[in-house]
Amino acid sequence: MSVVQEKVPVARRAQPAGGRRFAFTPTVTVYLALAALLVVGSVLVAVDGGVLLDQGGILNILTRSTVLGLVAVGQTMVIVTGSLDLSVAYLIGLCSLVAAETMAGQGSMVFPGVALALAVAAAVGLVNGLVITVLKANAFIATLGVALILRGWLEHNYTGPAGSVPRSFQHLGYDRIGPVPVAALLMLLIAAGAWWYMRRTRPGYHMYAVGGDIEVARLSGVRTSRTIVTAHVLCALMAGLAGVFLASRLGSGAPYVGTDAGYDLESIAAVVLGGAALAGGRGGVVGTLGGVLILATLDTIFDDLAVDPFFKDVVRGVVLIVAVALYARRKLTSGRAS
Amino acid sequence: MSDIPVRLEGITKSFLGVQVLRGVDLELRAGEVHALMGENGAGKSTLLKVLAGVHKPDTGRVLLDGEEVSFSAPRDAQAAGIAIIHQELNLLPHRTVAENVFLGREPVKRGQVDRRAMEAETRRLLEWLGEDGIAADAEVVRLSVAQRQVVEIVKALSTDAKVLAMDEPTAALADHEVELLYDLVKRLRERGMAILYVSHRMREVFDLSQRITVLKDGAFVTCVETAEITSDQLVRHMVGRSLDALYPDRSSAAGEVRLALKNAGNGRVRDVSLEVRAGEIVGLAGLQGSGRSAIARAVWGVQPFTSGVLELDGKPVRIGNPRTAVRKGIGYVTEDRKGEGLALSQSVRDNALLVRRAALRGSAARKHTDLAELLKSVNVVSRGQHQEVRYLSGGNQQKVVLGKWLAVRPRVLVVDEPTRGIDVGAKQAVYRLLRDLAADGMAILMISSELPELIGMSDRIVVMHEGAVAGELPAGASEEAVMGLATGHGIGEVA
Ligand SMILES: Nc1ncnc2c1ncn2[C@@H]1O[C@H](COP(=O)(O)OP(=O)(O)OP(=O)(O)O)[C@@H](O)[C@H]1O
Ligand SMILES: [Mg+2]
Repeated sequence: MSVVQEKVPVARRAQPAGGRRFAFTPTVTVYLALAALLVVGSVLVAVDGGVLLDQGGILNILTRSTVLGLVAVGQTMVIVTGSLDLSVAYLIGLCSLVAAETMAGQGSMVFPGVALALAVAAAVGLVNGLVITVLKANAFIATLGVALILRGWLEHNYTGPAGSVPRSFQHLGYDRIGPVPVAALLMLLIAAGAWWYMRRTRPGYHMYAVGGDIEVARLSGVRTSRTIVTAHVLCALMAGLAGVFLASRLGSGAPYVGTDAGYDLESIAAVVLGGAALAGGRGGVVGTLGGVLILATLDTIFDDLAVDPFFKDVVRGVVLIVAVALYARRKLTSGRAS
Repeated sequence: MSDIPVRLEGITKSFLGVQVLRGVDLELRAGEVHALMGENGAGKSTLLKVLAGVHKPDTGRVLLDGEEVSFSAPRDAQAAGIAIIHQELNLLPHRTVAENVFLGREPVKRGQVDRRAMEAETRRLLEWLGEDGIAADAEVVRLSVAQRQVVEIVKALSTDAKVLAMDEPTAALADHEVELLYDLVKRLRERGMAILYVSHRMREVFDLSQRITVLKDGAFVTCVETAEITSDQLVRHMVGRSLDALYPDRSSAAGEVRLALKNAGNGRVRDVSLEVRAGEIVGLAGLQGSGRSAIARAVWGVQPFTSGVLELDGKPVRIGNPRTAVRKGIGYVTEDRKGEGLALSQSVRDNALLVRRAALRGSAARKHTDLAELLKSVNVVSRGQHQEVRYLSGGNQQKVVLGKWLAVRPRVLVVDEPTRGIDVGAKQAVYRLLRDLAADGMAILMISSELPELIGMSDRIVVMHEGAVAGELPAGASEEAVMGLATGHGIGEVA
């Protein structure tokens, strides 16, 4: 049939070839929302007689973002891989204790303290990953189980803060350059590393693949279990870093620093706010940081306005739901070509 | 290198105690296209999956170049030079074409994935295939089913495999794309590749293959030289009996107009006018992307018409979503059974009753006594109504999709590639069924990329071109006439 050679210009026109035009991707949306929030927040705080973005305000937002940012960046990795980590909050507490107790006030023990805390974190991440891949437990249940085990251990062994960090190590928590805390810069550096890892390296590509469709990934030759385990270890390491940082700020380790601030659900909220799909395969560090900044800004605004904590939670809940609804809408309309 | 890159000996495989492969032998020679045929559920895909390292055989040996191998994961098979195009599309919708093509094998430069090399190579392969309309950096979700199939082929090619196994690669392709694939398969064969080719389309098998292996119920039946067998003999091997005329007679007299579109349009099609009468099967022809499926999807309310009028039984109606469509008696057999047609982790029964439960009320919605009969009318071969649909063979899944619509007896049925992946025997049954439904007064709009089927079944053929109706042809029109309109030329004149 000679028809075959016929070029088909229609098909070409009917299916957009997918170039990268500007679009309201979740990442763009979240930063636009952040900008809007800063404007609205500034006005509200000004009406109340304060200034939102003065030195103290910026400091406040960035400090809040540091810990949550670390945890949420880790959480982004597991969520993109199609998993989830509910054990981060207890892990933060545990790592703060391991670090502070190992240091025991001695400057010479700073490095071993940090190293040990991170080793513990990595081990917990490894357990999470192995329970999910080898025992084939659902990630939600697996990490919830690990969280309960950690809680049991913490409750049995600690009643309150323990250990102490040397003065030299407290610099990590309090030093800053202008209004910018050094720790926030370190967090951004780590986030940049995570971004590079996820978007530029092979294991990062495989995270998206496994989260997108684990069967497709497997059939394509991706080592799916390894990818999942790696994501969990990296996520746990981030939580470990958060624990270490909190120890530096508090001067000691505290079993419930992670859970009191609700870093487990909070980090998941930030990731989702940043546009990641909970089902996996979509999302990224940049969006997540936007989500983190929105949550931190909201908190700062509420503090400045001294609103009631109940109202605060209601607003955060509404913001989250609206965001997810917006993204879902986008997915429907950009659905499929015929 | 030996001339026998692949030899399978006495492969058996059972799932949960049910034997699916019973001692299958297969031998692939370098530079041959070897067709693998058999009815739905005969075990063809399972055999391919054994070769792909997805399933481990219970007994039997896999030999590559004379040496026994044992794959524990797909990547082992890949590393051994075996590329597989699976029956169901295996792509990540939210990753780009290039990312999909190189998934698991991304080129790395200085610790980073070399995007540029990846995209360049993808582009080169796409051009080589003559498919430069697909952008290497486009997200797969934006591509049509046929374009996705092309991406799968590119993915297989990019591995530099010695052995290529394709599981019904043309099921989703339009005729002109099938020709491209033919061409490609021939070129690969000439390069000495060994190609295993699963298809239900006789024409393809006879055009392409040098040898044919037939499976029936998981057992090896025969392996013959293609030149030495007729299609009747082949059907007898597969089905166990001969088949009479494939297409049933067009007997039904057309009744009143059931579905009418008047200057209907939306973002994808414009100014479409057509009518489907009770008792009639109207074929909708056109190239991929010409708007055939867009019309179907608009009638079904997924991407509704935004202009013009849609009339049911002479009354204008607005159909804004599938639920309304179902309520108004419109059924739609989708071309994307994995994505839209089936709830894969649910049982055959739940899938077959899905529409009925959703659309009807009261006892009618709960009725299931006729289910066995219903499934039989579409020839579903399963291990019972409670088997999860995902474990059915591809062809049988397609039959379940058909069945779920028949369960509500729509007055207008739109079928998009209804026989995709169905074996000859079952095809004949589906044709009969569609004709019987029409005779019962149903109005059927049928889309198919297989021209012989479209021509054999339709009472009239409406041909689409670039999102608009290019013309209408009577029953029994020639393939040339259809293609002439579909490509934007006059009837019968083809460049
Ligand atoms: N993972 C599985 N678990 C249980 N049963 C399975 C599984 N995979 C396949 N089967 C069964 O094995 C049989 C053979 O299926 P297979 O997919 O190999 O058929 P096929 O020849 O490719 O058919 P088709 O032409 O319809 O694609 C079917 O009865 C199917 O239900
Ligand atoms: Mg099959």
